[in-house]
Amino acid sequence: MKMLKAAALAVVSAIALTGVSATANAGEFDGVTVNILTRPGPVIAGPLKERGLVFEKETGAKIVVNEVPFAEIFPKIQNDWTTGTNSIDVGVFAAGWGVELDAAGLLENMEPYIAKDTKIDMADIAPYFREFGQKIGGNTKMLMVDGDFQMVYYRKDVLEKAGLQPPKTWQDYVDIASKIHGQDMNGDGEADYGSCIFKKRNAQSYFAIQTIAASLVQTQGTAQGFHFDNATMKPLINNEAWKKAFELYKETGKYGPPEELNMDIGDTRAVFKAGRCGLLIEWGDPGTLQLDADAEKVKGLIYAVSAVGSKEVLDRATGKLVPVTKENAPHSIDGINYAPFAAFGGWAGAINAKADEKKKAAAYAFLSYMNQAAQSNVDVTIGSTGYNPYRLSQLASTDLWVKAGMPKELAENYLGAINGALNNPNMASDMKIPGAQQYTGVVLDTELARYLAGEITVDEALANIEEGWEKITEDFGRDEQIKAQALALGL
Amino acid sequence: MTSTTTYQPGNSPAGLFKARSWGEWVDHHSRTFFIAPAVVLILIFAIFPTFYSIVFALSRVRFRATGLQFRFVWFDNFIAQFTGNEQAHFLGRLTGMSFVGWIFALAMTALAIWWLYRSWQNRTHWIFLVGRLISAAMFIFIGWILALTLLSGNPWGTMMTTLFYVIVGCSIQFVIGTGLAFLCSQPISGKNFFRVLFFIPLMITPLGVGYAFKMVLDITKGPLQPLWDAIGLQDWAWSTDAWAARWFVILGDSWQWIPFIFIVMLAALENVSRDQVEAAQVDGASSVQIFREITWPQIVPVAVTVILIRMIEAFKIVDLPNIMTSGGPGIATESMTLHSYFLWRANDMGSSAAVAYLLLILTVVVCASFFNYVVLGQLRRAK
Repeated sequence: MKMLKAAALAVVSAIALTGVSATANAGEFDGVTVNILTRPGPVIAGPLKERGLVFEKETGAKIVVNEVPFAEIFPKIQNDWTTGTNSIDVGVFAAGWGVELDAAGLLENMEPYIAKDTKIDMADIAPYFREFGQKIGGNTKMLMVDGDFQMVYYRKDVLEKAGLQPPKTWQDYVDIASKIHGQDMNGDGEADYGSCIFKKRNAQSYFAIQTIAASLVQTQGTAQGFHFDNATMKPLINNEAWKKAFELYKETGKYGPPEELNMDIGDTRAVFKAGRCGLLIEWGDPGTLQLDADAEKVKGLIYAVSAVGSKEVLDRATGKLVPVTKENAPHSIDGINYAPFAAFGGWAGAINAKADEKKKAAAYAFLSYMNQAAQSNVDVTIGSTGYNPYRLSQLASTDLWVKAGMPKELAENYLGAINGALNNPNMASDMKIPGAQQYTGVVLDTELARYLAGEITVDEALANIEEGWEKITEDFGRDEQIKAQALALGL
Repeated sequence: MTSTTTYQPGNSPAGLFKARSWGEWVDHHSRTFFIAPAVVLILIFAIFPTFYSIVFALSRVRFRATGLQFRFVWFDNFIAQFTGNEQAHFLGRLTGMSFVGWIFALAMTALAIWWLYRSWQNRTHWIFLVGRLISAAMFIFIGWILALTLLSGNPWGTMMTTLFYVIVGCSIQFVIGTGLAFLCSQPISGKNFFRVLFFIPLMITPLGVGYAFKMVLDITKGPLQPLWDAIGLQDWAWSTDAWAARWFVILGDSWQWIPFIFIVMLAALENVSRDQVEAAQVDGASSVQIFREITWPQIVPVAVTVILIRMIEAFKIVDLPNIMTSGGPGIATESMTLHSYFLWRANDMGSSAAVAYLLLILTVVVCASFFNYVVLGQLRRAK
């Protein structure tokens, strides 16, 4: 880890010495302080701090990174910007959360800055992230620093030893987990786990359930969505498909670490890096995290599949599951419907519209600097940054990755999985409507946690979510939400 | 005919002594001037936020670029906690009362009604009767919720979890704290060392205690891992078992708060008259008799007071369940304060304020009842 950090710093320093900067000139932002709010720890916040120092030397702008727990990022930014406190100039959060802030008029339009920016190279940003992640209502309101999909990872050596193929369906996932659970996967003489998923409440557990549900619910392409009936915004959740997803999700727990319900993403990452997990549901990070010095037991062994699917899909008219056919799931392959889920949408930076002009300019220059290929193409290859690829130049060739220490075969698998997800016509989008964080991060997360803990049945959980989602929709206004959903899905 | 009228100082009619000097006027109103800053500060920092939060509790709040937008919804935020989706979160699942539950609920109801009837017969003043009516209503309400949840196999909501922390936690802390204080009040060597040692946990921030216990109790990486392995619990995770998680939260809470009980009770025990104790010893009384007949009656006013203070504090428990389990598994360890905090964090200001007010009502009724029927009773008896 230390070596990697040193290498990262060396690269950063080298870049600084060569004079790579955004649109800013030396000393242009002397005396300007940009306050950024994001999640805590080395992941996501770490590179902002490290590169912030370089940026300060280049431009004079001081970058201050404030870190708060994941669940507090959105409400703190919303509170700060609506109550006129304005102590935060830039929020770095889920691309999907920006819509609610923008609806309240809180986000700065970055188009005028982009027009003058000669280094950002917007055409190099993958269309999904450029058009869906960064733009709201046709204008760029955020800049990505990370691109996110949830994928399934498997221990190649463990599956090969057991004579098993990587999972194609979620039932396969459970079956494989059950077969390899209890094996010693890291040679320490102790039984290890078939599956590791972060299921702690108030963390990020609610993403993995959507990753499972997407392939059961969405069949007609990205624009169909899988959370609501787009015409009425009635929740599409109290049905057999989501019920099946909940049940599968709970079943994976039989083959996971005993304290899985109290594990957040940091906990599961520590476990899989120790070589104790056969299968994972994760973002792009395990691909590069396995290259860390403290992951020597799994280096080069964690492979990815872009999507795991389902042989049954939801009949929206009846709420029942029906077998996959080419008619009801035109994008299905060999009787399996895939819908890779762009969970979270990636971490993106947004600028407070009420910040003063000098701060806005400095904030944009810094976000652009982070986004530019010169920086980003290094950051995405380092596991500890938490940044995953979102530029075409990062996804087109394995060179960057091999240079970062990834075996060629693994690099091909890793980029293949991400490209497979990104290019899938049935890719599932994360929610990008006002209240998105409440719909999923609060209501879905709470009821899912209660179901996993055995407090309520799956039927009760789904009924509660339906009621909670309806309440949020009524709060924001059904007509407004219908319009926002149409905009989000490009209808 | 002339008449002479004399006036008491401070009761002079306004304008009577117009010729009075400025200094006299200031002196005359000095009481008001001295009190005014404190009253203004209390109004600004305590009363105003309390009343302003009522506005939140009665509204749905939206965040706009121009600031907060309030939509008045009367008591919807309160009603929501007792109905529909939120009912299970706040009160627990209230379906299918068991036979034991029915017996318990009816017994609690009968007990409360009998108590009220006795108060009525004893010609209790109507103001106190109203107080007892409120206490009895809360007693019956809690009894029925207990019967519908715990005694009927249904999960608890945050209200009962809070009461569990308060009643069970405070009881454990009182027994252990008093026991330690009793030991340290005896003529044993090194007792000053133990006094300092037992007091240390109280100095640590609850957040620190939460993280410390989370790390210590980690079954796979914590220092007790060999112990878990030795007793065959390596595959058992306390944090995923509702009752185990609640007990472990109480364990952390007790570790921190036993010193508070300990230090107060130690002071009380050291105040017990040595003469009476020695006289009893001369008369051949046993240690148990001395404690029951001499020591306990003298420390009981302090004991009930310290329990009251501890209860008020325990109702606000938030750091430990938040850090150790994040309220989980499910909502098993979520206290009402944590419930309110999670709602606030989700920007559901109205519901958050409503839960906070419900906690205030619960705390006031339970603690006022304890004060009136236990603390005051013991204090009168001591006199």
